Amino acid sequence: MSISETSNPRGSGVDRLRDALPKIVLSPTVAIVAIFVYGFILFTLYLSFTDSRILPTFGWVGWQNYENLFRIRAWDTAVSNLVIFGVLYIVICCALGLLLAILLDQRIRAEGFIRTVYLYPMALSFIVTGVAWKWFLDPGIGIEAVVRGWGWTTFEFNWIKDSDMAIYTIVIAAVWQTSGFVMAMFLAGLRGIDSEMMKAAQIDGASTFALYRRIVIPQLRPAFMSAFVVLAHMAIKSYDLVIALTGGGPGRATELPATFMYSYTFTRNQMGIGAASAVIMLMTIAAIIVPYLWSELREKK
Amino acid sequence: MAAAPAKSSVNWARIILYVLLVFFCIYYLLPLYVMVVNSLKPLSEITAGGMMALPQEWTIAPWLSAWSSAQVGVEATGLRPYFLNSILMVVPAVALSTLVGALNGYVLTKWAFRGSTIVFGLLLFGCFIPFQMVLIPMARMLGLMGLAGSVPGLIFVHFVYGIGFSTLYFRNYYAAFPTELVRAAQIDGAGFFRIFWRILLPSSGPIAVVCIIWQFTNIWNDFLFGASFSDFDSQPMTVALNNLVQSSTGVKEYNVHFAGAIMAALPTLLVYIVAGRYFVRGLMAGSVKG
Amino acid sequence: MRKIVMMTAAAALMAASTSVKAEDVEVLHWWTSGGEAAALNVLKDDLEGQGIGWQDMPVAGGGGSEAMTVLRARVTSGNPPTAVQMLGFDILDWANEGALADLNIQAGLEGWDEVVPEALQQFAKHDGKWVSAPVNVHSTNWVWANKAVLDELGIAVPTNWDEFVAALEKVKASGKTAIAHGGQAWQDATVFDAVAMSTGGPEFYKKAFIDLDEDTLSSDTMKETFDRMAVIRSYVDDNFSGRDWNLATAMVINGDAAFQMMGDWAKGEFLNAGKVPDTDFLCFRFPGTQDQVTFNADQFAMFAQGPEVGKEQAALATAILSPSFQSAFNVVKGSVPARTDVSDEAFDACGKKGMADLKKAADSGNLYGSMAHGHANPAAVKNAMYDVITAHFNGEYDSATAVDELVTAVQINK
Repeated sequence: MSISETSNPRGSGVDRLRDALPKIVLSPTVAIVAIFVYGFILFTLYLSFTDSRILPTFGWVGWQNYENLFRIRAWDTAVSNLVIFGVLYIVICCALGLLLAILLDQRIRAEGFIRTVYLYPMALSFIVTGVAWKWFLDPGIGIEAVVRGWGWTTFEFNWIKDSDMAIYTIVIAAVWQTSGFVMAMFLAGLRGIDSEMMKAAQIDGASTFALYRRIVIPQLRPAFMSAFVVLAHMAIKSYDLVIALTGGGPGRATELPATFMYSYTFTRNQMGIGAASAVIMLMTIAAIIVPYLWSELREKK
Repeated sequence: MAAAPAKSSVNWARIILYVLLVFFCIYYLLPLYVMVVNSLKPLSEITAGGMMALPQEWTIAPWLSAWSSAQVGVEATGLRPYFLNSILMVVPAVALSTLVGALNGYVLTKWAFRGSTIVFGLLLFGCFIPFQMVLIPMARMLGLMGLAGSVPGLIFVHFVYGIGFSTLYFRNYYAAFPTELVRAAQIDGAGFFRIFWRILLPSSGPIAVVCIIWQFTNIWNDFLFGASFSDFDSQPMTVALNNLVQSSTGVKEYNVHFAGAIMAALPTLLVYIVAGRYFVRGLMAGSVKG
Repeated sequence: MRKIVMMTAAAALMAASTSVKAEDVEVLHWWTSGGEAAALNVLKDDLEGQGIGWQDMPVAGGGGSEAMTVLRARVTSGNPPTAVQMLGFDILDWANEGALADLNIQAGLEGWDEVVPEALQQFAKHDGKWVSAPVNVHSTNWVWANKAVLDELGIAVPTNWDEFVAALEKVKASGKTAIAHGGQAWQDATVFDAVAMSTGGPEFYKKAFIDLDEDTLSSDTMKETFDRMAVIRSYVDDNFSGRDWNLATAMVINGDAAFQMMGDWAKGEFLNAGKVPDTDFLCFRFPGTQDQVTFNADQFAMFAQGPEVGKEQAALATAILSPSFQSAFNVVKGSVPARTDVSDEAFDACGKKGMADLKKAADSGNLYGSMAHGHANPAAVKNAMYDVITAHFNGEYDSATAVDELVTAVQINK
């Protein structure tokens, strides 16, 4: 549906330039992305087949880094943690965000204030909130100690100290950070829904629940798409969060691919293995994101 | 849209509604409470335990210390000098990536060409690249471009990895913008930039707010790039805050840490509070619609 | 867009031309907390007295790992700092990359070879060339104890493993926490270091962690070491995981716990809380390691700025190794000087003990690099060992499995 093709007859050089103008405007971005995203991906791919340790070096070692990578237990932990974390994080954020948006959309007093309260965690980095969260979750000084102080002496909340449960505390903190943002997206979606349609359904006697399930939620599909892209991007990049909260522990129970990659590339001087893990990570992301983007973008045309 | 409230006098549904809302307010505010409370205590109260309790002795000394006298490097400068560094970096980076994002969105929707959807898809996928991965090649490129260890270098890096999202926001927003208006203007003889400048840009306020909030938050809070690509005189706020908080073998002054942490977050908090109302409006107008 | 790029490029050129003046030094380090930075300020003033500017580039976090990441970016972009705070094997790795300067002229003038202990020189020299200037020696096999708690329970300073366990048992019976410990990999490894040294002695320690000898790594002594770690674990409270070391120290300071195994930097926390060595708290070597010192040393690795060592870089290196700076810095930092000929006058009781121990250990060949702090083997091996030690300490492996895993870890990463 390009306008230029239909309305401008081919002719003089000026016209041709005018036709090409949109592409010229877009071209710096394309060039930048080609170099700084896709070029770097290729570079990392190449590194993953080299013997790089402390800095990039170019001795070819074939698949050795990948073989080593899959021998490292922490990598398995990191991958399965990402699955647990990613799924829970995205699902809970969407559910909570939707719930909060619906609650806030009931002609509430002080809506502006409450909305800001829900939204503000997004403004803070985890360098800032990490310590607070760490204390808060620590059984000795945090919520467990406080509840016990109130007299409920058998209360237990020591997930952060428990290798099997620690990853869920990461989910709690991550949900805290972004669910407000998702709420804002859904709230915007709700506000955009045609109120005539709602009134008609109400007159037909539909219950509030049915109203939301049948009419409102299906219309929020674009909001879900935006939320998914934002959340998936956050889940994959979660790094600060883990470092601030558990440092990957107890043991290495809360290692995620991002922390794994960082530690092998930069602290363990195994840049080759780090690059291999980055490649696997990117391939996984591509396997999930590309089909999704494909279907969403194609439909719109 | 909003469901019409029912008409009974004691409305249990609304009471439950408010209870829920307040409950979630507490959930979101608790970490902030911990930070604020502990930033107003003397250190001895914190190490003696009771980190959740209100201060017995209120003090603002930690705040003063974090601002102007805490040790973040060899000299006890507090966070003050780093504030300016961050601002010098954030403002141009946000402006650039927003402007270019708007232009891109305009091209991708109103001047779509064969393959433009694929270009957009590739741009969007670029958002998912892990930053730890690009660190070394980026350092090399900055070195080649003569931008290593400088503010323009930092701005460039943030701009590069910010355009994906800003293009996404503007593209979705402009997609809903009536194409007829653009076509009419074109028949009147308006050119590419004139249409953008006169017709699209003036109505882009809401989505610009969304984009600016998003970019501002991400760039202000970034640590990795800020630490790696800055020089001794261009380190941003987050690096200073990190230096304040993450001492390795020294005494940890938690109260000063918390005061500094809140201080470092104030600009973003301010942006959220001031622009918050436009935020939902902006999202509504654009990015969450098809 | 084009215009903007050109403008930024022009601005960058201007920035580049004004950034590092020839007579200034740029120093990348992670000493940002009060005492540390104040100590470093002594050096800064010293240089400024000679007309050399100090450009400060602090990046804290992860015991220097953030700074090492930044360093990679700086070197890759062709803009290395003059000097970088660095530990053990990292220095040798960078020297292997050919990135470090040759300080032999200064070393010859100042006679560094005679005053710096041999064990330390291994990390400051590469191929017979001085590449780095050591600032201090931290020793890591200390135990810190609350004197009031010990007195109350009638516990004397333990001198061997059995006495130590008896003491721990007494504390535990009294209801207090016997060992204050923070469950972070490097802290687990710090304790492991001391336990291994005490269990197997210096020969064993050297063979296992420095020579990475497989027979020693898989020996029964190693299994015994892990068994003893399990014993230690049983005297640690349940909330240890993830705790910062200084919160553990606070437990000892407050009398909630009796002992903590930690390097000499813990002293700063005691002093800061107004406690006096030998009166309020005790410092002694881990039982069974009275003659040995495991150390880590902070150094400033000198990055090559050109074909020759510049005047300001030479001045920086010389200033770091001057006796006056070594004394002034280490009094504040809690560590001991890297030169063994510095007067101990200005140091407190624990500092004097530390200096005497270091000299004795250096002379008798009992000074060993700490595995936990990157002075026994390279980063890849160290971290692989951390993984095993931490997994065992958290109950994921029994001692036999831990020994097997340790051998595998070394094989993969050697």
